[in-house]
Amino acid sequence: MSIIKVRNLSKIFGKRVKEATSLLDKGASKEEILKKTGCTVGVNRATFEVQQGEVFVIMGLSGSGKSTLVRLLNRLIEPTNGDVEVGGENLAKVGKEQLRKVRREKLSMVFQKFGLFPFRTVLENTEFGLEIQGVKKEERSKKAKEALELVGLGSFIHQYPDQLSGGMQQRVGLARALANDPEVLLMDEAFSALDPLIRKDMQDELLDLQEKMKKTIIFITHDLDEALRIGDRIALMKDGSIVQIGTPEEILVNPANDYVERFVEDVDRSKVLTASHIMKRPETVDIEKHGPRVALERMREQGLSSIYVVDRTRQLKGYVTADDVSEARKKEQKDLHNIIRTDMPVAQPDTSIHEIFEIIHNAPVPVAVVDDGKLKGIIVRGAVIAALANGNGVTETHA
Amino acid sequence: MLDFLPELPVAEWIDNFVDWTKSAFSFAFDPIKNEFGDFIEGTAELLSEVPPSIIIIIVALLAFFISGKKVGLPIFSIIGLLFILNQDIWEELMFTFTLILFASVISVVIGIPLGILMSKSRWAQIIITPILDFMQTMPAFVYLIPAVVFFGIGMVPGVFASVVFATPPVVRFTNLGIRQVSSELVEAADAFGTTGSQKLFKVELPMAKKTIMAGVNQTVMLSLSMVVIASMIGAPGLGDLVLSALQRSQGGQGFVAGLGIVILAIIIDRMTQNLNKGK
Repeated sequence: MSIIKVRNLSKIFGKRVKEATSLLDKGASKEEILKKTGCTVGVNRATFEVQQGEVFVIMGLSGSGKSTLVRLLNRLIEPTNGDVEVGGENLAKVGKEQLRKVRREKLSMVFQKFGLFPFRTVLENTEFGLEIQGVKKEERSKKAKEALELVGLGSFIHQYPDQLSGGMQQRVGLARALANDPEVLLMDEAFSALDPLIRKDMQDELLDLQEKMKKTIIFITHDLDEALRIGDRIALMKDGSIVQIGTPEEILVNPANDYVERFVEDVDRSKVLTASHIMKRPETVDIEKHGPRVALERMREQGLSSIYVVDRTRQLKGYVTADDVSEARKKEQKDLHNIIRTDMPVAQPDTSIHEIFEIIHNAPVPVAVVDDGKLKGIIVRGAVIAALANGNGVTETHA
Repeated sequence: MLDFLPELPVAEWIDNFVDWTKSAFSFAFDPIKNEFGDFIEGTAELLSEVPPSIIIIIVALLAFFISGKKVGLPIFSIIGLLFILNQDIWEELMFTFTLILFASVISVVIGIPLGILMSKSRWAQIIITPILDFMQTMPAFVYLIPAVVFFGIGMVPGVFASVVFATPPVVRFTNLGIRQVSSELVEAADAFGTTGSQKLFKVELPMAKKTIMAGVNQTVMLSLSMVVIASMIGAPGLGDLVLSALQRSQGGQGFVAGLGIVILAIIIDRMTQNLNKGK
């Protein structure tokens, strides 16, 4: 069921809005309209629907109109044209009183720079939405504490925002939005001000929370990685228009136009799984210490038909097969020098799965992942196939 | 060169306007002059009756707590006030203080709402800004004239002139403080569905508090300076001492009274500034 329906939603900034609107309807471009009327097209006839419980990501570069679009949804910016239906009610047409009611009960917003009130404690910040609605002190404090508990800030309720780190401040922002128990969360570049590691954590946490809460989330971002990570569906914006809407997979596999394709290409390279993701710890024997007896014993223990040979500094020397080793043992040879083979497949830690898939195909032994001559790990055929089969959408485009 | 133009009778117009205002609004001016005048004078006399030692102790304690339990300001207050007591100008100090108190309170009560109005309405801003400029650049003495016409001589016209002179800063600072609240916080307030007054009282005024308090400080200091000038229309107090010393060319006496004003100014200024630092 779609909870939000947006139809032909436009925002034009400037004085000659009427002229600009008619030009827009005739299909004039953003530049043409700017040149002819001096008006800036913020959002150009956006149309989309958001399903209940969905994480809908609106992504685009800065200036693409995504922040304007999200503000049109709760009318922080007045739309020039078009409809915004939230739960069957056309917000673009309702009066002030009704708009306030919807903002209080249905839509909550999380801001890029957190938007916390510095003179209020964490708890008081979280209570804000409920306080505005006139909820009694005890009840709102209880709800706010639950929300803070949910984001893992239960023990910081009496701190002030400036005593917390950026990530924690944004958790407060999230808790404040959740305390209202809204139907829709609007998140405007909510994690963009955080450093990359914290951002990843917050993304994970949001996904965990979403698992429990099943809210409808509209998430604005300029970061395609982030969009792919958290979005059920993604809308790509350029120059105020939505260029493509689809699941991460659809966007990656069938980019609607050059613009999307360029985006996707960039991401592709960085998102590809590499050898280091799927390699495992290798069983080895040390050529300087171990002879056929130890090698055979290790292979028997692990159920292997071959084993890699390294020296004391873990430099890869080659591998030996079980057959050769038992032969050598019969001949009562003391070391492995004579039977080492070196025709093993080798990969670097950053070799893509795609390439590994090709070299592993006919290899007699697992692929050795080597960095600077040192054996870092091995990749067995099963791991590659597993990664290709249940990896994310990105790797599927390679398969 | 432009002799053919007759001189515009501006002065006459203003006189006529003032006369008209006086008669038209005498129903308002007279009670202000009488009732309010009695009230101010009563307050000043009451303060003069209180034993100075008690006032000195109260001021020192206030200074101690307001300045965050530091001893500098309390010590200065005690020494300064003892000096004033020693110079036998205590009663004048009480009168001056009363004038400042009334003038500042009235200025703030008028000024903050005006500032809020200015911050909310572009039109209010366009109309009020030049009026404030006018109020601040017109020589302060000029306000004394209509003050006398409306309220005679004494404390009431002194307070009136001070209010006219001292209100602009608090209006400007309130306007500025509210306009400076970051747009994201205003958006946050809107996004959660605040009404206009909820936004004002729960977000904008708390955020603007420091700026507004800086304006209040300015207003208090300006009313202090005006209260001294108001001695020319019979406002009693330290300014009156300065004026009579000037008329009789008594340099020493004038200096002592001036020193009293400086001491009062420093105490009031530091106290209002510290109020602003707060937590």
